[in-house]
Amino acid sequence: MSGISRRKFLKTTVAGSSALALSTTKTAFGMKEFHGYPDSMGVLVDLTRCIGCRTCEAACNKEHGLPEPKLPFDDFSVFDQVFHDGKQKRRTSAEAYTVVNRYDQDQGAPVFRKINCNHCNEPACLTSCFVNAYTKTKEGAVIYNADVCVGCRMCMVACPFRIPAYSYDSALHPEVIKCNFCYDKRLKHGKPPACVEACPQEALTFGHRKTLVKVAHERIREQPDKYVDHVYGETEVGGTSWMFLSGVPFDKVGFDTTLQHHPILDNTKSFLSFVPMVLGIWPAMFLGFHLLAKGGKGEKKNKESKPIVEEHVE
Amino acid sequence: MNRLIEKGFKPIDSLSDPDSGKMWSLMRKILLGLSPKEYFHEVLRNPFNWLLFFIFAVGLPVIVYRYIFGLGSVMHGSYDYPWGLFLGFGLFCMVPLSASGFLLGTAVELFGHEKYKPILNLALLNGLLGYLFAVVYLLVDLGCPWRLYYPMFVSWGTAAVLFLVGWHVATYLSVQVMEVSEAFFEWINWPTAKKFIHSGTIGLTVAGIILSTLHQGALGTLLCYAPGKVHPLWYSAEFMWIFYLCSSVFAGLCMVIAVSTIVKKTMAWRCGEDFLDNLDSITIGLAKGATMALLTYFIIKLVGVTHDNEWSYLATGWGSWFLLEIGAGVILPIILFSVAIRKNSVALVRFTAFLTIAGLLMNRLNTALITFNWNLYQEIPHPLETIISITIFALFVVVYRFILYRLPILYVWKAVPAEAVVTVTVPVPESVASPVSGQPEQQYAKVMSS
Repeated sequence: MSGISRRKFLKTTVAGSSALALSTTKTAFGMKEFHGYPDSMGVLVDLTRCIGCRTCEAACNKEHGLPEPKLPFDDFSVFDQVFHDGKQKRRTSAEAYTVVNRYDQDQGAPVFRKINCNHCNEPACLTSCFVNAYTKTKEGAVIYNADVCVGCRMCMVACPFRIPAYSYDSALHPEVIKCNFCYDKRLKHGKPPACVEACPQEALTFGHRKTLVKVAHERIREQPDKYVDHVYGETEVGGTSWMFLSGVPFDKVGFDTTLQHHPILDNTKSFLSFVPMVLGIWPAMFLGFHLLAKGGKGEKKNKESKPIVEEHVE
Repeated sequence: MNRLIEKGFKPIDSLSDPDSGKMWSLMRKILLGLSPKEYFHEVLRNPFNWLLFFIFAVGLPVIVYRYIFGLGSVMHGSYDYPWGLFLGFGLFCMVPLSASGFLLGTAVELFGHEKYKPILNLALLNGLLGYLFAVVYLLVDLGCPWRLYYPMFVSWGTAAVLFLVGWHVATYLSVQVMEVSEAFFEWINWPTAKKFIHSGTIGLTVAGIILSTLHQGALGTLLCYAPGKVHPLWYSAEFMWIFYLCSSVFAGLCMVIAVSTIVKKTMAWRCGEDFLDNLDSITIGLAKGATMALLTYFIIKLVGVTHDNEWSYLATGWGSWFLLEIGAGVILPIILFSVAIRKNSVALVRFTAFLTIAGLLMNRLNTALITFNWNLYQEIPHPLETIISITIFALFVVVYRFILYRLPILYVWKAVPAEAVVTVTVPVPESVASPVSGQPEQQYAKVMSS
């Protein structure tokens, strides 16, 4: 007989299976692909139309009651601002859901680019959040619930576009701050977000994401000389609700063109699928090792101290 | 303390006063058998305590300051570097260094390598405290630390890797509390509880292996959410978890070697004969295990670079940094360990263990902080952030030492009055060197635990 009593074996098995029961929920998400909600809305940003007037920034600031910026919205010196030894231009912050940056080109006029949450189809912020603080609504918005947020800032690490900001200065109510597609006041009621409505150049087009993809490709087809043949956001990180058309290569306007074309979540799937296997196999395997290791010695167990094989290294 | 020992003082290591046969009071146990005045005198005499006082005098107010004025007051409040030293060091480094508990638990309880028995308790305690203080670091780092239990009871983000880390660290922490509580129950003299915990040892050990496999790996997988932010040489979508799991093996083993070295140097008076006599042989044994893990790690790192075809990165500045990490933190330790094992040089093993730990720290800080945003800009942690990190580490050392001084971690607790001790003359294995004492009950319990 082996050294393990039936009682002990049962106890261990129960412990193992309760650990299993506790943990199965972790991997309960579907393994199939998700390409976004069918009626998801989106915005197509045409960089060739943007003149850098910052009206969208002002509209956003007003809509969400954000603090007044140090420099007014008609001050264009902000385009010259660079940070960290010129390695970074302005970005979204706790005070601004959206910013417009200017990118000087080697040839031709500078190009302006609006930066805000791209509202991914399968957002990394959402899938990396351990308290489910994020929701991808059927209208396409990625919204955040500060009431459950613990403040681990994993979403900020995960966001491939470096969008979420955090109100570090608040001791009692710190929260993630990012564009919410004007979900509560506008999108939910079928209205376009404030920035889109404010744009005097029609650089921003609001509509069903599916339609916008067609519109974007149509524009490229009609004016192939004007546009780079790529719709940024159509497939990047699994597709985003906000998509971009540009007349210059995307990496010349600060876009990350090295992003993967499948959701960030996919990177963790191979590990996560390994989890139930460990939970299922390890208990029996290690108990088996234990029985093997203790095998034979078991009978004398508990009654006297056994001689020990000592590896003496002098 | 050594001064007192020379004078014939004996720190409490049994249930009752060997002279009078009276049970020690809890207060006496806490003061190690010294009077409050003597104890206080001892505390003041130790220069290391003065260093600790200084660290706390500076650091504790800074921690209070953080809670009053928010995270932004002690960190850069960067949106690009959401994680600083608290997580980069506190979570990413403390957790692998605490793998010792499950490793030695497996060796002793599961595989029956009784040789490592004298160091088992130290390994378990090292594991418990490492995790505990990883959580303390978290409590400083989280925006809303009072919501720490949210992922357990309020809102479940089941698809997130961090959910797994959170749950596993929490459950594993409880498992480790139970494992270490055996020593505690012995110390406060509650044999029933000790026996109860002991009956579940195998279950706890297996649970420890499962939880450790998963969350050590999960910690690496956390960075799989940030492809492109972590430098390709440190990033691998497929192998991140196995890199982290494998390196936690040698990290945990080297941490035990390092801690036991410090313990032997600074508190030999508290170590039992069992521990002191076997430590050298145990250290060599642990080094063998660590070498195997290091070799495996080196091979899979090689596979990692090959798999993603990252050879060209090696010629860059980041590549040199990577080569330094692998060279000084993996290859050199493999060589030094091999030489040390061959020559049976415990001193070299100990030196190499510290070197390996340094390499591990470098690896974790590299993935979580230093090479993070490698193509954006680098950030040096805020001075106050560094001060808090040091303060919490000092707290870790204090708690560690407090427990080692008291609980039967390094020595074997004598459960019966010293007078009644009958030295059993039946062949007692060397590793259970201290005399097995009278009462069959206790003897039974002791043999059970071996």
